[in-house]
Amino acid sequence: MISLTKLTKIFPSAQEPITAVDDINLTIPAGEIFGVIGYSGAGKSTLIRLLNQLEEPTSGEVSVDGKTISKLSKQELRFARQEIGMIFQHFNLLWSRTVAENIAFPLEIKGEDKEKKEQRINELIDLVGLTGRGEAYPSQLSGGQKQRVGIARALANNPKVLLCDEATSALDPKTTDSILDLLTDINQKLGLTIVLITHEMHVIRKICHSVAVMEEGRFVEQGDVLNVFKHPKEAMTKEFVKQVTEPDDTEEALQHLFDGAHQGHLCRLTFTGNDAKRTLINDVIRSYDVTVNILQGKLSQTRHGTYGTLFIQMQGEPPAIEEVLAYIRRHEVDVEVISHD
Amino acid sequence: MTDRLVGSAWMMQNVNWENMWEATLETLYMSVIALTFTFLFGILLGLLLFLSDRGQLWENKTVNAITAAYVNIFRSIPFIILIVLLIPFTRTIMGTMLGPSAALPALIIGAAPFYARLVEIALREIDKGVIEAAKSMGANNRQIITKVLLPESMPALISGITVTSIALISYTAMAGVIGAGGLGDLAYRDGFQRSNTDITLVATFIVLIIVFIFQYIGDFLTRKIDKR
Ligand SMILES: Nc1ncnc2c1ncn2[C@@H]1O[C@H](COP(=O)(O)OP(=O)(O)OP(=O)(O)O)[C@@H](O)[C@H]1O
Ligand SMILES: [Mg+2]
Repeated sequence: MISLTKLTKIFPSAQEPITAVDDINLTIPAGEIFGVIGYSGAGKSTLIRLLNQLEEPTSGEVSVDGKTISKLSKQELRFARQEIGMIFQHFNLLWSRTVAENIAFPLEIKGEDKEKKEQRINELIDLVGLTGRGEAYPSQLSGGQKQRVGIARALANNPKVLLCDEATSALDPKTTDSILDLLTDINQKLGLTIVLITHEMHVIRKICHSVAVMEEGRFVEQGDVLNVFKHPKEAMTKEFVKQVTEPDDTEEALQHLFDGAHQGHLCRLTFTGNDAKRTLINDVIRSYDVTVNILQGKLSQTRHGTYGTLFIQMQGEPPAIEEVLAYIRRHEVDVEVISHD
Repeated sequence: MTDRLVGSAWMMQNVNWENMWEATLETLYMSVIALTFTFLFGILLGLLLFLSDRGQLWENKTVNAITAAYVNIFRSIPFIILIVLLIPFTRTIMGTMLGPSAALPALIIGAAPFYARLVEIALREIDKGVIEAAKSMGANNRQIITKVLLPESMPALISGITVTSIALISYTAMAGVIGAGGLGDLAYRDGFQRSNTDITLVATFIVLIIVFIFQYIGDFLTRKIDKR
C-alpha cells in the first residue's frame, strides 16, 4: 500500500544542513498497522509528513496506493490527499465549527452534495462514539473526544491510509487506550492501513503489527512486533521494550535489594505465547538441585501474541546453575544473567 | 456672564435640532460607509500581508514588501494631512468635494492600513496546525482562506474592526476641514466659532453615544461568535 524508496529529507539551515530522514526504504502492506518509534528529533514527524507531501522529499520516492506522490501535479496531489487521512497530536480542529461541521470539512472540500454529507456525518459520529455530540464545539469536549472528532474527520472521505502523528501523546493512559481500541476497530472494520508514530512502546505493543525503531533519520531495527519485543538487537530497542515489560525502577530496586549480599544468580527470562503456560520453573526446581526465588513478572499482550518477562533469583552449585540455564534456553526462553556473585 | 453661559448651555437654547440631526446622519453615513469599505479593503490588505510572508501560502518577497510599505506609509500620515493630500484624488473619483461623500476616500485610505495590521495579527494567531490539517485533507488555497483563515480569526477580525471604528468616528470629525459636514464640523463652526457651548456639548454627547453603540455592537458580536 505504501512504499518508500531511498527517501531522504534534508532541511537547509544556517550552520549545517539537518538530515531529518536519511535514505529510508520501506514497504507497508495493505491493512497493516505500522508503528514508528523513536525519541524526540529522530525524524518521525518529518517521515510521516513526507507520506502526504506536507514535506517535499529532498530525494527518493513515496508511493501510496500505486501513486507516486512526489510526481503528482498540484491538483492531483490534492485529490490524492483526500484518500490519505491524518490525525494530529493536538487534534487541529476548527474551533469555530461544531463537531458535525468539523467532520463536514473534508466533505465540503471534496464537494459532496448536502444529503450525502449529512448521512456520512451521522455515520461517522456513531462510528467514533460521539452520538449526540454533533452540535457541541471542540472547546466543550475532552481531549479524547477531540481526537475522536479528528479521527472521524480523517475518515470522512473513505481514505485507504490513515496517518497518526503522536495521536495519543496529549492524552492520559486510559483515554489513550480507548483511542487505540478505536483505531484497532477501524483497522479491522474498514481494512485501513495505518501508519502511526509515537515515543511510547505501549502504543506499539497494543495495536501495531510491525514496528520500526528510528534514530537520527534511519531505521535501526524493524520487524514484526512480537519478534522485536522478544529479540531486541539494538540498545535503543531494548530501552523501548523495557518501557512496557518492566517498571522503570526494576533494575535499581534489584540492585538495592541484593547489594553485596549472597544474591546467587539474578536472571531475566523472556518468553512468548504458549511458553507462558508451561510450568518451566516448576520443572527446574524438581529436576535440578537449585532454589528459585521469583522476584517479579509481567505479561504483555501484543497483536501477535503474549510476551512476558520474569525476574528470578537462583541459588545452587555453579554446575547445576549452568545446567539450568541450558535447560531453560532449550525451551526457547531467553535468559539473561543480570548479575551473580 | 459665566452664569449665563453655563445657563444657556444647560438650556440648549442655541441648539438647532434639525441641524444637529442632519449632522448626526452625516456622521453616521460617513462612519458606516467608510467602515464597510475599511473592513473589506483592510481584510484584503491584511490577507495579502499575511499570505505573502515567509513560509505562508503565497510567499512572495516583492508583494510583501510593497504591501508593507503602503500600509506603513498611510498608517503614519496624520489624518488631517492625508485629507488635504488626497483632495485631487477625491475630486477625480467622487466628482465632487462637497458633502460627506467627499470624506470617504480619505477615511478609507487612512483607516484600512490600520485595520490591515490588526487583520494580519489576527491571522498570525491561527494555529499553524489547523492550516496544515486543511492541507492534509486536500484543500486548495481558496478553500483555506474562506474555510479556515477567515472563520477561525473572525472574533479577532470583529474586535479589530470595532477598535478601528472608534478611530474612524474621530476621523470623521476632522473631515469638516474639507466641508464634509458631520457633528465635528457642526461643533467647530456653530459651536466653537460662535461661542455656542451648548452646541459643542450636545454634538460631543452624540458622538460619545455613537461610539458606545459601535463598541457595544462590536463586543456583542465578538462574544457571540467566539467559540474558543
Ligand atoms: N521545518 C523544519 N526546518 C528545519 N528543520 C526541521 C524542520 N522540521 C524538522 N526539522 C528538524 O528535523 C529533525 C527531525 O524533526 P522531527 O520533527 O521529524 O522529529 P520527531 O521525531 O517528530 O520529534 P518529536 O518526537 O519531538 O516530534 C529535528 O532535528 C528538527 O529540528
Ligand atoms: Mg514529531
